[in-house]
Amino acid sequence: MDINLTIIGQTIAMIVFVWFCMKFIWPPMIQAIEERQSAIASGIAAGEKGQRELAEARDGAEKILQEARQKATQIVDVAQRRSGEIVAEAKDVAVSEGERLVAAARSEAVNESARARSLLQQEVASLAIAGAGQLLGREVDAKAHAALLDQLAAEILNQAGKRG
Amino acid sequence: MAAEGHSAGEYIAHHLQNLTVCRVDGQWVWNECHGNFYAINVDSMFFSVVLGLVFLTLFRMVAVRATRGVPGRLQAVIEMTVGFVDQSVRETFHGDSKLIAPLALTLFVWVFFMNLMDLIPVDWLPGTAALIGVPYLKVVPTTDVNITFAMALSVFVLIVFYSIKIKGIGGFAKELTLQPFNHWAAIPFNLVLEGVSLLAKPISLSLRLFGNLYAGELIFILIALMGLWQLPFHFIWAVFHILIIVLQAFIFMMLTIVYLSLAHEGH
Repeated sequence: MDINLTIIGQTIAMIVFVWFCMKFIWPPMIQAIEERQSAIASGIAAGEKGQRELAEARDGAEKILQEARQKATQIVDVAQRRSGEIVAEAKDVAVSEGERLVAAARSEAVNESARARSLLQQEVASLAIAGAGQLLGREVDAKAHAALLDQLAAEILNQAGKRG
Repeated sequence: MAAEGHSAGEYIAHHLQNLTVCRVDGQWVWNECHGNFYAINVDSMFFSVVLGLVFLTLFRMVAVRATRGVPGRLQAVIEMTVGFVDQSVRETFHGDSKLIAPLALTLFVWVFFMNLMDLIPVDWLPGTAALIGVPYLKVVPTTDVNITFAMALSVFVLIVFYSIKIKGIGGFAKELTLQPFNHWAAIPFNLVLEGVSLLAKPISLSLRLFGNLYAGELIFILIALMGLWQLPFHFIWAVFHILIIVLQAFIFMMLTIVYLSLAHEGH
């Protein structure tokens, strides 16, 4: 309990320790702590920035996606319209082609019947001449009575036509 | 446990006796130095210097290897301590001083380490020392009033030094004489008042630490006298004492900061 030289010794020890701490411990410790603090702060800032950018990128992607969707819908619409048109055109072409074919067949039939009629007329005329020749007992000059014969043949055909 | 043939009083007295060396009549004398100023408490000096070196080595080691990357466990603990002291200093002390913060750190950790010796069971180190022929050993330096007074007086010197440095001798003298009553007739009264308050700072600073630790140590010794029944009591008191040793180290550091910041700011 006595006060003695220990007090001096302890004072000297304390001065030395505080000096050492001030010189060799405090500055590097504080520097390390402050450097880490700023590193952590910048890290947090970078993280926040990254998150913000990510959100922005998400928004951008969403927008692009929407545009793409719209465009796709438009394209589908156009294609549908176009296909409708093509189908309609094809229908038109087919109808007109059909009509053309029908018309051609009809005119062919008309031609055929006309030819058949003229053939028949000639045949009937020759038959009539032959018949008349036998009736008259002599050769009928087909050339001399051509007009008469033709008229006769036409009449017969008409009669036949009326009956048949 | 009290040794055979010793009374409880002798046991306690033995535990509270420093290992002292002094020079009498040209010869080194052990433990016969009552009233002799030129004596050294070898145990107090030894443990305080060793613990101070432990503090310096530990912190220096970490400081050298300190990285700004992810700290290890030890570095984290040391940095927490440093950060805690730094924050305490920043909150209280607003001047610009390169000394205050390292001073506060040294005092805090050093006093804490010295207090920590109190948790070592009271007979271990003195018992071991007795086996190798050392008659007395007081292992807690802060239960030696010399140790606490030395630190408090150093702080006191710093208080006076900074008071004069910041305010000048005139300013410091004015602070001592013209407060609290600013009238020439009140100067003696003020001087007594302020003088007492100034001198009370180191005395209260050192006696608070000394008293707490001395009382704590004494109770540990008393508990140790109980024989086998000491175990639960020792445990309870040790747990409570953990609070005390940290708190006293913190109070010592905090008051040092407060006194020095007062010396810087004035009224």
